[in-house]
Formats: sequence, structure tokens, C-alpha cells
Amino acid sequence: MLETIAFQGLIGLALAMYLWLISAGLTIIFGVLRIVNFAHGSLFMLGAYLAFTLYGQVGLPFGVAILLSLLGVGALGLVMERGFLRHLYGVDEAYQLLLTFGFILVLDDAVKLIWGGVFRIPPMPAFLDGAWPVFGRPFPVYNAFVLGVGVLTAGALWLLFERTWWGRIVRATAADREMAGALGVRVPRVFTGVFAFGAMLAALGGALGTPVRVVAPGIGAEMIIQAFVITVLGGLGNLRGAFVASLIVGVLSAYGTLFFPVFELFFIFVIMAVVLLVRPQGLFAR
Amino acid sequence: MGAPAPARRALVGATALALALLVALPWVAGRYTVYLTIQVLVLAIFALGFNLLFGYAGLLSFGQAGFFAVGAYACAKILLAVPNLLLGLAGGVAAAGAVALVLGVLSVRHTRIYFSMLTLAFGMMIYSIAWKWRDVTGGDDGLVGIPRAPLALPGLGSLALPTVERYYYVVLAAAVLAVALAHRLVHAPLGLALQAIRDSESRAEFAGLPVRRYRLAAFVVAGLYAGLAGALLPPLESTVTPPIAHWSTSAEPVLATLLGGIHAFAGPLVGALLFYVIKDVIVRFTEHWLIWYGAIVIVLVLGFRGGVVGLLARALGRPPEAPRA
Repeated sequence: MLETIAFQGLIGLALAMYLWLISAGLTIIFGVLRIVNFAHGSLFMLGAYLAFTLYGQVGLPFGVAILLSLLGVGALGLVMERGFLRHLYGVDEAYQLLLTFGFILVLDDAVKLIWGGVFRIPPMPAFLDGAWPVFGRPFPVYNAFVLGVGVLTAGALWLLFERTWWGRIVRATAADREMAGALGVRVPRVFTGVFAFGAMLAALGGALGTPVRVVAPGIGAEMIIQAFVITVLGGLGNLRGAFVASLIVGVLSAYGTLFFPVFELFFIFVIMAVVLLVRPQGLFAR
Repeated sequence: MGAPAPARRALVGATALALALLVALPWVAGRYTVYLTIQVLVLAIFALGFNLLFGYAGLLSFGQAGFFAVGAYACAKILLAVPNLLLGLAGGVAAAGAVALVLGVLSVRHTRIYFSMLTLAFGMMIYSIAWKWRDVTGGDDGLVGIPRAPLALPGLGSLALPTVERYYYVVLAAAVLAVALAHRLVHAPLGLALQAIRDSESRAEFAGLPVRRYRLAAFVVAGLYAGLAGALLPPLESTVTPPIAHWSTSAEPVLATLLGGIHAFAGPLVGALLFYVIKDVIVRFTEHWLIWYGAIVIVLVLGFRGGVVGLLARALGRPPEAPRA
């Protein structure tokens, strides 16, 4: 029994990494641009589809396929910010929300148009195939790989934001965009960069699932809802909070499907609502 | 708000003409058009309530589908037990209103993005109940075999509704009532106070307006309207399924309102009509109508935030509405 619990927890942690990657982008974009990107789930989905095509159909090496899909979605993020969102910074934020909502409709339907329905999952890259015995059960090597990528990304983001010149500029812009602008930061450029960067993080989450998760047009809508829950729990704009909240939600839903499958979904939204009401700044605000 | 006299006369004329057309519709149009018009009227009611919250009170809710679903499921449950249409509709509206009151007390503690997130969470809660509470809601099968019960008016006898055309008049009557009531509401102190709060919360507070209570009132009215819209569907379709509670259903009144115009009373009504007309036209060419809707939303948000009614008003020389910043 104890082993079941521990093993399921480990499965949950791997699941948490997908949630973390999509939520990280969402919360970074909110922290700097003050925009809730409704279309973030669609970017995740697009990353998954691109990686699927490049790896599963074109036959590029796995790593190259992931990298290219990141770049593709990053470029799309650049266009979304430069071409569209930029024109709405002066008006009511509801319109920004509505604009990203328009992107969902376009992107989700475009995916159906280009790729059609559901596909078979492509084979696992050979070097990540197989399983290790953990708690007396086979734990897929690929889950360990996903865990590694997620944790490494978390570390890299921390270094980027806390220890580099770029990170300092972004943090300054997030704290006070006018002051940053007055000090010579090119704020519009920071906005574009951050949005594209956030889009790439979502794409990484999507692309990473290629050999294990089914890609279907609905995953964008499903992921964005979970990412909302996580960014709310962690506090909108709080990266560290998003990481911890991803672990919590990932593990909880792994246990949820094990112990009380009927009410899992309901409780997740109850938690989201309670946090919004009681601690809107998030559970982990300092 | 005071429109110049000729414009007012034109407005009254247009309203009378629209009403006459709607009443005559079953005689001049086929069953499909009548069916489609019912959908338009339902969406118009739904969007009218939504816009009271968004356009007038400045609160963007992404959870309206939840109240729509409460109305639909409650009406369906009642009709399955007691075949009385009026009871079903009233029950659906009352249930949605009660849920909106409870969730509204909590939701109006926030505004802006936090309000949107909170309503999204509440809406998805209702969605997960509809999906998972199989004993009551039928789970993913939904409720089926809902009768189009006769319209029994106390003391006046009972009217059977075997055809879509007859049911159409029930929906039309409900829609006319809903529109008339909403018109009264937005020109009553409630509507004016909501706009004052939207434009400057602190100024309204200084003027002594109980801001939160007004917002709650708008929230409940929007919930009642969503409930009525939802309750009108099961007798038409004879089924109710969970997707009507999903957040993507909340998008329909948003789209309709954006299309028609946020800051005009008639915006959601015109928008509901446009929503189905445009969809009907696009669907003739491609099944991918959502991509076009997405493009329309993007264009509207970027360039025409007043919607079609805003454009018309400008063309007719009425002063443009003040932009919200």
C-alpha cells in the first residue's frame, strides 16, 4: 500500500512537470505584461503538434524536433505580441483577455484544419525507452527524463532571473515599467521578448509529451484551465509559487484519479476558488 | 442617454418592425429558420444578461455557462417529473438565480482579472458537477427524453406545443418580456449606478453608492437571464448534456455581445442575430467556422470595440460612447 502511494506520487511529479512548464510561461507573462494569456494552452498544443510532425512524421532526431517546435511557437508568440497585443496596452484589460480568446479560436481550429483529428503516439526515442524498477514497479525512464527537464528548467529560470543582466532588466520592468523605461530599458522590446519566451516554455511542455501523450485539438483548453488553477494557487506572476503549485496539483491529481476519481475535477476548482477568495496573492506570496 | 427626437423615432420604428417580423415569421419562413430563430432568441436573452454585467458593470464573467446549465438542468429535471412548461421555466430561472446569489456574494469581492478567474472557477465547478454527478445529471449521457410539456396557465386552460412553431411563440414571449424588463432595469437607478461604478469606483463610493451590492444585483440578474436562456433549451432539444456548462459555452454571449456592441442596450440582441447569421453563412463554405470567428473577434477587439451598433450609431450621427480606459 505504502509503495503504491509512493509510486503514484512519483507518477504525479512527472505529470506536474508538464503543468509547471505551461504555468511558468503563463505566470511570467502575467508578471511582466500584466496580461492573462488565455491562448497559452493553445501554444502548448501547437508545441505538441509541431514536435509530433517533426519527430513522428518527418523523422528528425527527438531533440532537434523539440528545439524547432520551441522556435516555431516562439516566433508565433513574437507575432502575437508585436502585431496584436501591443495595440491594446492602453485600453481596458478585458479587451486583452478577449483578444487572446480570439487567438484560441483561431489556433484551435487552425490545428484541426492542418492536422485533422487524433494521431497515434509516435514511438519512444530509443535512448529514453524502457523502465527502471522503483518501489517494486516499473517506472518509465521517460518519466524520469521529463522530471529532469522540468527541474533543470526551473533551475535555469531561477539563474536567468536572479543572476543575469537580462533577468534584472525583466524584473525591473515587472516591478515598475515606467521607472524602468525612464532608466533606459526598452520596455516594448522586453515585453516582446518575455511573451515569446513564455510561449516557448508552453511549447516545451507540449513538445515534451510527444512520445507519451495523445495530441488532440482539445488539449489546449484542458491545459489552460489547469494552468490557471496553478498560477492562481502560486499567485499570479509568482514563478516559485507556480513551481510548488504544479507539484501539488500534479501529485494531487495522480492521487485523485487513484482514490476519488469522481470528484477530482470538482475539488481542484474548489481549491482555486477558495484561494482566490482567501489569498488572492497566492499561497506562496512573501 | 437622451437620443435626439428623429433618432428616437427611428429606434421605435425599428423595434416595432422587428417585432412584427418576429411574430409573422412562422407563416413566411420554413421550420429550419424558425428553429434557428429560437436559438437566436435564446442567445439574445443569455447575452443581454451577460452584457448587464460586462458592458454596464464592467465585470467580465467567464462562468455564465454555469448558470445557463443550472437553468437547463433544473428545467429538464422538473419537466421529467411534472409535465408543466411554465413550472419548468420558472424552476430553471429560480434555480439559476439562487446559485447566482450564492456565488455572486463571493464573486463580487473581486473585480477585473480576479473576478474573471473566480467566475471561471465557479463555472467549471458546475461543469464538473454536471459531468460527474451521474445519479442526478446523467453524467456524460446527460438527461434525455425531456418532454415539450404543455403550457398550462392557471385559470386559462392548457395549450399543447406539438410543433416547433408553437414553441417558438413561447420563446418569443419570454424574450420580449426579458428585453422589456432589462430595458427598464438599465434606465432605472440600477443601470445608471452600475455605469457610474464602472467608470469610477471610488467616485461612486464617495457618492454613497453601495458598490458591492449593486454589483451583486447585476450578477444575480445576469444569472437569472442565463438561467432563463438555459431553461428554454431542453423543451426544444429534449436533451441536456454537460458541454453546455463548459467554459467554451460562456464564450457565446461574449462573442455575441462583442459583435453587436458592448455599450449599447441593443448590442447583445443585434449580436445574437449576427452570431447565427454569420455562422450559418460560414458553415456553408467550411466546417471550420471557429477560425473565422476568432479572426472576427481579433478584428473587433483591435479596431471596432463598439461593435456593429457602435458603428451604426456613429453613422447616424449620435455622439460616440466614451471609450473605457
